[in-house]
Amino acid sequence: MSTLIEAVDLKQHYPVRQGLLGRQTAAVKAVDGVNLRIHRGEVLGLVGESGSGKSTLGRNLMMMERPTSGAVLYEGSDLAGRSHKALHPYRRKMQMVFQDPFSSLNPRMTVEDSLTMPLRFHQPELSAAQRRDAAAETLERVGLPRSMITRYPHEFSGGQRQRIGIARGLIVRPEFMVADEPVSALDVSVQAQVLNLFSEIRESLGLTLLFVTHDLAVVGHIADRVAVMYLGQIMEIAPTRALFTAPKHPYTETLLSAAPQPTVGARGARIPMKGEPPSPLSPPSGCVFRTRCSHATPECDAAHPELRSRAPGHLSACIRDDISLVPAVSDRPTSPRRKQSA
Amino acid sequence: MSAISDAPARRPSPLRVFTGPRMRKFMRHRLAMLGLIMIVGLTLTCFFGPYLLPYDELYIDLRARFSPPLTENHILGTDPLGRDIAARLFSAGQISLTVGFTAMVLSTLIGTVIGLVAGYFGGWTRTGLMRIVDAFLSFPSIFLMLTLAAFLQPSPTMITLIIAVTSWMEVARIVEAEVRGQASRDFTAAARMIGAPHWWIMLREILPNVTGPIIVAATLTVARAILLEAYISFLGYGIQPPLPSWGNMLNNAQQYLESAPWLAIVPGVAITMAVTSFNFIGDGLRDALDARSVK
Amino acid sequence: MTTPSSSTTDPVLSVRDLTIRFKARGRETPVVHGIDFDIHGGETLALVGESGSGKSVTSFALMRLLPDARHCTIEGQVNIGGVNLLELTERKMTSVRGPKIAMIFQEPLTSLNPVHRVGDQIAEAIRYHRKMTRAQIRDRVLELLTLVGIPDPERRMSAYPGAMSGGMRQRVVIAMALALEPDLLIADEPTTALDVTVQAQILELLRDIQNRTGMAMLFITHDFGVVAEIADRVMVMYSGRIVEEGRLEDVLTQPRMPYTQGLLSSVPRLEDAGLRTGALGTIEGFVPTAGNLPDGCSFHPRCPHARPGVCDTAMPALEPHGRPDHPVRCLRIEDIAASDMEDLSV
Repeated sequence: MSTLIEAVDLKQHYPVRQGLLGRQTAAVKAVDGVNLRIHRGEVLGLVGESGSGKSTLGRNLMMMERPTSGAVLYEGSDLAGRSHKALHPYRRKMQMVFQDPFSSLNPRMTVEDSLTMPLRFHQPELSAAQRRDAAAETLERVGLPRSMITRYPHEFSGGQRQRIGIARGLIVRPEFMVADEPVSALDVSVQAQVLNLFSEIRESLGLTLLFVTHDLAVVGHIADRVAVMYLGQIMEIAPTRALFTAPKHPYTETLLSAAPQPTVGARGARIPMKGEPPSPLSPPSGCVFRTRCSHATPECDAAHPELRSRAPGHLSACIRDDISLVPAVSDRPTSPRRKQSA
Repeated sequence: MSAISDAPARRPSPLRVFTGPRMRKFMRHRLAMLGLIMIVGLTLTCFFGPYLLPYDELYIDLRARFSPPLTENHILGTDPLGRDIAARLFSAGQISLTVGFTAMVLSTLIGTVIGLVAGYFGGWTRTGLMRIVDAFLSFPSIFLMLTLAAFLQPSPTMITLIIAVTSWMEVARIVEAEVRGQASRDFTAAARMIGAPHWWIMLREILPNVTGPIIVAATLTVARAILLEAYISFLGYGIQPPLPSWGNMLNNAQQYLESAPWLAIVPGVAITMAVTSFNFIGDGLRDALDARSVK
Repeated sequence: MTTPSSSTTDPVLSVRDLTIRFKARGRETPVVHGIDFDIHGGETLALVGESGSGKSVTSFALMRLLPDARHCTIEGQVNIGGVNLLELTERKMTSVRGPKIAMIFQEPLTSLNPVHRVGDQIAEAIRYHRKMTRAQIRDRVLELLTLVGIPDPERRMSAYPGAMSGGMRQRVVIAMALALEPDLLIADEPTTALDVTVQAQILELLRDIQNRTGMAMLFITHDFGVVAEIADRVMVMYSGRIVEEGRLEDVLTQPRMPYTQGLLSSVPRLEDAGLRTGALGTIEGFVPTAGNLPDGCSFHPRCPHARPGVCDTAMPALEPHGRPDHPVRCLRIEDIAASDMEDLSV
């Protein structure tokens, strides 16, 4: 599989300034040395808790925020050093879907204006009528009737708005899409509709997708591979099934065991997680997870665990090879199939 | 959030600010409607009233000096030179209202541009521009105006410019705050991700979302501009006689306050009416347009 | 229609025919349509629904936190300890909130005053209701902070809310709610704003406290995963009505109402992770807005089992349909029961 986009030792540090002269006293290390490859045509899930830096990493890859250091390679060429202008051709190839469907659409613009806007800047040769056609077509693509193109965002429900947000991303036919918590603000039943839409478009359009979320069940459903982030670093990255059935990092184990599941008897069987995430302003020395890790040893204070291959395609940033972790899911072939209502 | 049918909707007008629930809300604001009616009445009277009067504002009739209101053809009386006060009031109103309106347009323009640029770009741009705003605000504008007026030729155009230059800061502050809010919303980020140029994002994406507060601020600016013009003209630095303005009519009336009080009352009432009306309209618009009060 | 609980004692909370209407522009829009339920001591009842179902409005009505009579009307009975809260004066209600019934919210910051130390805020609640000396109150605050699992409570009591993480703040809010040992705790999406690991801790804390104090809990959420963690009984709400009610195991494994079935099938499952099990189940259409409810069963336009002439004519009642402990509001329950659900069990 070829690599479409790659992060190389990517860092995003935000200076914290204090005092009259605004001297920099510290830095929030939102993304701290991330190496990540996204293959063409795959869905990579990026999970983490708040403050893990998962959204910032997504924004870095999109060049929405320029990283402090490191490189973002798109098909081998670095984006991080490019000027606003030199990025323009890549803008068409990479698109973003946002979390909040209420703030991602301009309330004073019709759906048509919102959808045709990208075409103005990327296909200026199109006539107004052609743009309008393309917009209507894309709207149908995401499951909304063409006739709704003249409406304003406030006339739509949250799920419909999220579809419009997806349509705006799709209209320029991108290769790569970052979806930042795209279903978190939606009701359960609507969330399923939007997830199904994502599955469907990645299949039919061959889209490469970075799906950023805090919800493990969602990522398990949609992703081919999953990367787990904690305090600006990637803890583990593995094919989805392998991550859920044979986690190699204690953080993944804890995260999986904390995920609430609508099944009877799941209650209480938890791997205890000590305390709360430390402030990204002062991450622990050594392994950043050691302060909450139930398997931490004195060696972890000094170690700087790198991502290491532990199984084919399965990397983990933990120095302890000797521990056996509890999987969230036993690797029996499948659970009883659930009925799908029409 | 309501589910919606597939029937094609009628395309709403681009001036959606003035339609639908906002308009109804404005119409229900009684004082604002009263203000609107008064302003329309005042403007029509000032601009078309002179055609119905037998005298023009410069006609001197020394035999009719100090006629109180309602004598013969002088509905509002005459001044110390026997000029018809009604004619002078209307003609002064044309100047005062024009000065007020033009100053508003100019200061809103300046304030909007500065606020838009400061709020959109943020960082050092914002810091620099907003410090300029602070500098202008910290200077007592009356003294600034009087100084400027003392050195410059006090024509109506110059007075308008002076007022505009000293009253755009309010608008700039309001616009800056609103734009900063809009610029942090995801649709702005989406437009940037598309590669839309800055001017496009500012004018097409953000500006339409801040028109409400701008309109409110502009309305209140008219009131202030009219008051300022009256103020400097009253102090003798504004519109110069024989050209009448509400301010210099008041100035002339000072020495006759006891013998001919109507000389002061008539322009005084006109100024009060104009200023309060614009303030009422501004209040009504604020209630109707302010994003925070609209559900 | 209420389910007889396993407990034979009197319920802590008994709600009868609770109806809430909002008034706007001279029109009254019903948002909650005559709901009935009981909660017994030591029991957790989960109220599940999507946004717009009326679940939060219900909880606010129980606390009498809705706007005054000019904006809404509340009818029915909310009985706690033989007193109908809806008939109390605002003054009397103040003495009920705290010792009888307490509430925690989704966003802990809204219940905490940022300019006061957390210890003082908890102490305030105690001082208002109880005659205790300063030292006694201080001891009680320490005890409460320890109970909710705040490490180093001596130091934390003089911290300001802003200096705490979301999880710690929610613990403080829980400590405040528990300060007067309420008979009933209403928890309105208390973990929705928290990370999963913190959510797991808070849910465990609530379970633990309930085991120790025997208080009753009404837990409002949209998340069936959280429901499975905390609830003994479940009520599913749709468009201001309870559409299904039953024991946790029954509702999760054998949902009877097509709406509940749809909701459960739309939740992605951990055990299916990475298996590409195909599309998730969905419910077509939208939650109707209050005031625009369809005729007949409110769910029928979205229901895969709806029959014209049956479901669009009459609102079904919440009835046992053969299972007294698992009533459901569906006219076609007998027809669809056989075919549908056995393979949902886990």
